Amino acid sequence: MTLALDHTAIVRSIRGRLALRRRSITLGLALALALTFALALYLGDYPVAPGDVLRSLFSPLTGEVNKGVDFIVLNVRVPRAVLAVLTGISFALSGIIFQTLLRNPLASPDIIGISHGASASAVFCIIVFGMSGLWVSFGAFAGAILTALAIYGLAWRNGVTAYRVVLIGIGMAAIMSAVMSYLFTRARLFEVQQALAWLIGSLNAANAADIYPLALALLVLIPLTIALVRTLDAMQLGDDTATALGARVEFSRLGLILAAVGYAAFATAAVGPVSFVAFVAGPIARRLLNGAGNGFLQAALVGALVMLGSDMVAQHALPSIQLPVGVVTGVFGALFLLWLLTASNRAGRVN
Amino acid sequence: MTIAAPTFDARRSAPLLLGLVGLVAIVLSIAFLSITVGARPVSLDTVWAALTAYNPDSTDHRIIWELRLPRTVVGLLVGAALGLAGAVLQGATRNPLADPSILGIHAGAALFVVLGVAILGISQLSIYVWLAFAGAGAAMLAVYAIASIGREGATPIKLALAGSAMTAALQSIVSAILLTSPRTLDEVRFWQVGSLAGRSMDVVVQVAPFLAIGIVLALASGRMLDGLSMGEDVARALGQNVRRSRAIAGLAAVILAGASTAAAGPIAFVGLTVPHVARAITGPNYRWILPYSMLLAPILLLGADVLGRIIAPPGEVQVGIVTAFLGAPFFIALVRRRKLASL
Repeated sequence: MTLALDHTAIVRSIRGRLALRRRSITLGLALALALTFALALYLGDYPVAPGDVLRSLFSPLTGEVNKGVDFIVLNVRVPRAVLAVLTGISFALSGIIFQTLLRNPLASPDIIGISHGASASAVFCIIVFGMSGLWVSFGAFAGAILTALAIYGLAWRNGVTAYRVVLIGIGMAAIMSAVMSYLFTRARLFEVQQALAWLIGSLNAANAADIYPLALALLVLIPLTIALVRTLDAMQLGDDTATALGARVEFSRLGLILAAVGYAAFATAAVGPVSFVAFVAGPIARRLLNGAGNGFLQAALVGALVMLGSDMVAQHALPSIQLPVGVVTGVFGALFLLWLLTASNRAGRVN
Repeated sequence: MTIAAPTFDARRSAPLLLGLVGLVAIVLSIAFLSITVGARPVSLDTVWAALTAYNPDSTDHRIIWELRLPRTVVGLLVGAALGLAGAVLQGATRNPLADPSILGIHAGAALFVVLGVAILGISQLSIYVWLAFAGAGAAMLAVYAIASIGREGATPIKLALAGSAMTAALQSIVSAILLTSPRTLDEVRFWQVGSLAGRSMDVVVQVAPFLAIGIVLALASGRMLDGLSMGEDVARALGQNVRRSRAIAGLAAVILAGASTAAAGPIAFVGLTVPHVARAITGPNYRWILPYSMLLAPILLLGADVLGRIIAPPGEVQVGIVTAFLGAPFFIALVRRRKLASL
C-alpha cells in the first residue's frame, strides 16, 4: 500500500516538474516576444522617443494627435510588426502540425511541396501573366490549396498514410520546382529578379490591408487546431493504436491537414514563402520543452519571435539597404537550431 | 519492422541478379540513344565510323566525340553517383527524405559557385567544378561536425536537422547575393537547374577519380547499411562499429554527391526517389538496393537528357527539369500502386 502511494507521489512530482518547465518556457518566450515587439515599434530610421510611441498607440483613445509620429508608428511600424507576428505564428503552426502528423521532423510545408505549389503558382503569375501585388498573392494562395488537395487526393487509397503523403509531397515538390526552374531559364532577367524577390519573402511592403485576411483566417483556424490537437497525441502512437483508443483518426487528420494548409497558404499569400520558419519552430520548441508537452503554443511563440527578430535584423543590419526578411530567417533560424543542437548535446541529453 | 536480418536467399537472389543484367542492358541502350540522338541528325553509319575511325575534319565526327560522348559519360557517372548517394544517405540516416539537398551538399556547392561568379567573376564551367566540389565538401563536413558533437555521435535525426539548418543558412546567403547582383543571377540561373549540356571530356577527367572512389565505398557499405537499418542497438549487438559505419557511409555520400554536383549542377529528386524505386523491387536488403539504385538512376537521368534534347527544338530542356517532369509522375504512381517498404 505504501509502495503504491510512493508511486503516485513520484508521478505527481514528475508531472509537477514538467508543468513547471512548460509554464516557465512559455512565459519566457512570451516575454521575449513582447520585448522584441516593443523594440520593433521603437527602432527605425525616424527616431521616435519611447513616450511618443506609447502616446501614438493610445492616440485613438486619448485623441492626442501628432500626425507625423502617428503615421510612422500606427501605419508603418505597427502593421509591419503585427504582420510579422501573425505570419510567424501561422508558419510555425503549419510546420508543427505537419511534423507531428507525419511523424517526421523534416516534413514541414517547405519540404513536402505545399510551399513549392504556392511559389510555382506565384512565379507563373509573375512571369507568364506579368502580374504583381495582390494578384500574385491570390495566385500563391490558390497554388498552395490546389497542391495540397492534389497531394491528399493522390495519397488517398483506403485512407492516407503518413509515409505516402510525404513521398507524394516530395514528388509534387520536384514537379513544382521544375516548373519554376523552367520559367526561370525562359524568362527575361528582369522578370526573374522580380520573381526571386517574391520567392525570398519580404515584409518591406507590409500594410494594414495584408493583415485582415490572415487575421480572419487565424480566428477560424486556431480554435479548429485547439479542438483537434488532442487526437494528435493519440495519433503519435500510430494509426491502429489511435483508432483502438477511440480517436477518429481519418476525420481529425483531414481537419488538421486542412488547418495546416490554411496556415501555410494565408501566410505565404501575405509575405511570400519565407523559408525555414515553419521548419524550425517545432524542433526548437520541442527541444526547449524537452518532453514537457506537445509544444504547439511554444512553437507558435518561437515562430513569431523568429519572424519578428529576423525582420528587425533585416531592416537594421545594413545601414543602406533593407534586406528581405526571408534572407535573415534562414540564417537566424539556422543559427538558433544549431546552437540548440550543440547545447543540448553538450549537456548529454538523449534526443 | 522485422528483426530478422536480411539474408542472401538463393531463391530470391536469382531473379534479382537477372534483373540487374536487364538493367545493364537498358543502361547500355540508353547510352547508345544518347550518342545517336541530338539536334543535328547523324546517321548510324556515321556514328559507327566516328567511334571506330575518327576523322577530325568531319563535323559529325567532332559532334560525336566532343559533345555527345562526354555528355553521355557524364550522364552515366552522375546518374550512378546520385542514385548511390541517395541510397547510402537514406540507409545511414534511416530517413526516407534524406538526399544530397537535405544534408547541405547542394547548398554548399551553390554558395561557392555563386561566390566565385559574384566576387571573382568566374564564368568557365571547368572552374565551377572545383568550386562546387569544395563547397559541397565544406558544407557536408560542417554538418557532420555539428551533428557529431555529443556522446552519441551523429545520430540520424541530428544529421538531418543540422543539414537542413545548414541548407537554410547557406541558401539565405545565396539569395542575398543573387538579389543584389543581377549579373550573377543571370549566370547562375542556368547552372542551378542542373544540366549535362556542354560538358567536355575535361569534366569527366576531373571528377571520374572521385566518383570511382565514391562508388567503391558506397557499394562496399551494403552490409553496414543493412546493420544500421535495423537500428543502432541491434547493429551494435551484431558487433558493428556504428560510428565507423556512419562515417564511411557519410564519406561515400559526400564524395558522390559533391562530384556529381560539380559535374552537372544540383540535380534534385534523382537521389531522393530512385532508392525508393529500387527498394520496391528488391525489398529491404541494401546489398541489392545499392546496385539497383546505381543502375536505375542513370536510366532516369540519361533518358531524361535524351528526351530534353528532342522535345523542344531548336532549343533543349535541361536535364534537371525533365527528370522531375518525367520521374515525379512515375514516382507518384509507384507510391500509390505499391505498398512501399518504409525505412
